[in-house]
Amino acid sequence: MRTGLFASFPLRSARVHEVSGPGSCAFAAIAAASAGGMVLWVREAWCPETVTPAGLAPFFDPDRLLLALTDNQTGSLAVAEEALRAGVIACVVIEISQPLGLREGRRLQLAAKAGHAAGLCITPEGMGSNAAESRWHAAPVFDPASGDSTLMRWEIKKNKTGTYGAWHVRWSSETHRLHVVSPVGERPGLAGAAG
Amino acid sequence: MRARPVDGPFALTLTQNNTNRIYCLNRQAEQAGLSRGMSFADARAYCPGLITHPARPDLDARFLVVLRRWAARYCPSVGAEGMDGLTLDVTGATHLWGGEEAMLDDMRARAERAGLSLLVACSHSRGAAWALAHYGQEGGGLETLPVAALRLEGTMITSLERLGLRTIADLEATARAPLARRFGPQLLTRLDQAFGRAPEALAPEGDPPHYGVRLSFPDPIGLTGDVMNALERLLKPLCTKLKAQETGARCLVLTFRRVDQESQDVPLRLAAPMRDPERLLRLFERGVGEVEAGFGIDQMRLEATLVEPLPAEQLSTAQTRPGEDRLSDLITRIGTRIGLENIQRFLPSDSHIPERSFMTVPAAFNGTPSAPGSGWRRGQLRPLRLFPPVPILGTGSQPPNQFRWRRMAFRTFRAMGPERIAPEWWQDDENWRSGVRDYWKVDTREGQRLWLFYTPQNPGWFVQGEFA
Repeated sequence: MRTGLFASFPLRSARVHEVSGPGSCAFAAIAAASAGGMVLWVREAWCPETVTPAGLAPFFDPDRLLLALTDNQTGSLAVAEEALRAGVIACVVIEISQPLGLREGRRLQLAAKAGHAAGLCITPEGMGSNAAESRWHAAPVFDPASGDSTLMRWEIKKNKTGTYGAWHVRWSSETHRLHVVSPVGERPGLAGAAG
Repeated sequence: MRARPVDGPFALTLTQNNTNRIYCLNRQAEQAGLSRGMSFADARAYCPGLITHPARPDLDARFLVVLRRWAARYCPSVGAEGMDGLTLDVTGATHLWGGEEAMLDDMRARAERAGLSLLVACSHSRGAAWALAHYGQEGGGLETLPVAALRLEGTMITSLERLGLRTIADLEATARAPLARRFGPQLLTRLDQAFGRAPEALAPEGDPPHYGVRLSFPDPIGLTGDVMNALERLLKPLCTKLKAQETGARCLVLTFRRVDQESQDVPLRLAAPMRDPERLLRLFERGVGEVEAGFGIDQMRLEATLVEPLPAEQLSTAQTRPGEDRLSDLITRIGTRIGLENIQRFLPSDSHIPERSFMTVPAAFNGTPSAPGSGWRRGQLRPLRLFPPVPILGTGSQPPNQFRWRRMAFRTFRAMGPERIAPEWWQDDENWRSGVRDYWKVDTREGQRLWLFYTPQNPGWFVQGEFA
């Protein structure tokens, strides 16, 4: 039995999860990387922000990514449901812009269960649905030590099958692994490094 | 021409090698002294009343295909002869029309009714028929025709005429060896073909396969289950035909005709060519569900409007394909909802401009990349998220110590840079009008690591991306 973050982190497949906060995009990329297989990223076409393949490359091969551009949230949810149910996509990332109801959340759960795929909704703060298996908050953390990837604080705020907790994590692009690190202030020898 | 008959001289002109030449002309124009291949300026000088129109060889070719299908009523093997002719192998078919002459008369009569003037001739060999059709006169045999009737090149005809060999009979009477030495084997081959001493094959062209099936019902139907059953019956012969031709459908249109003469189309665009009736049936489910049956549907028509080659594949025990098939099925299903071009994948592109360092292309029209991970440049640190540049307050070429972005205050802790990227002058991009950009990777004390740039030529600071 794994404990700590890794008891709940490679997100349970056949379930839909939620993430919010400023680091949610990186969270989604790491979740997709650890899910393996094809990744479908659903977002609404009007949104000018886009993930870049060069930015995704440290996490997973951008060729594994399919991008679906929809007209509105209803379209996004329909596409996500279809993709989750199909069972060929390992991880479906859905960018949510409006609050999710219980019904939509439940439908996504059922679809994920049927297709044995993991779903991840990137939601604005407080717009999640109660049907989510787990809800995370991801935020970048200031780290005086330099690194290629951002130090992040991941907090699990809702978990249907495990405990809550908060961890400082960092993605290592060399080993393609997620490392749990101790919080910045508690690290030895840091006082001299800050500046 | 058929729709708007012209009384006077009329010609079609075509621009070839920078000259406007006469491509085709009618009888009155011929009587006025014009000929095919004459330059248009000369023709106008000869015949000031000439009415002309630009020629459309592509439409001519299409019309020839129509004529070829029509000519198949006389005999089964019909081939095209150059740009403007047809060759029919009527061996064994003439008695059905009451002899050769009767058949030719029938052809002429029917063509005349359609507004066409035909030059037809029937002879024992293909060469002779061509010669008689193009140069034949009433009661004249093959021998009296000019050498041009042998389908020779222009220069050869000229030199033969200079030698005094004007008719085919002259040529026939000349010794063969010197002719072959002087003009090469082609002349004698053509001569032999005209007299039937050398064989000449005809290449009959088959019609391109037509991928359409339809089903009419004695009584109108309206239930979804009935429609799906009928669709299954339509799909089976269509897929059999696709399989026989080793092709797969890429676009299908299912047309419902209702009792009240209304018709509705259900288009289906597929992410990959396909000919499996069961999978197609499942993919049609969504479209069929949206059809308004009204008082009932009495005819269904299914046509594959776009087909692509899909060679037969070796069955193997290793399950390599199913995942790919299911993925393209999924893309099709999603594509029916949001449009096939809205499902995209990234392709690398050779550019330093961050927005153009990758392309998003529709996944359905660009198969899976050959080598996974190929072409993606590593090494340069690039942001995970990219957005349109947002201006921030800042002066000077060093990153500002403090700035506000998205209503949040940030303090710079560390800045890495600058990385100068110059606009691509060969591509006019509005966003890059402000000149070169110095990109900085800025670690803020708030945790976020942002991608800022400074434009030295139009001083200003912008945020364009966020690292992960």
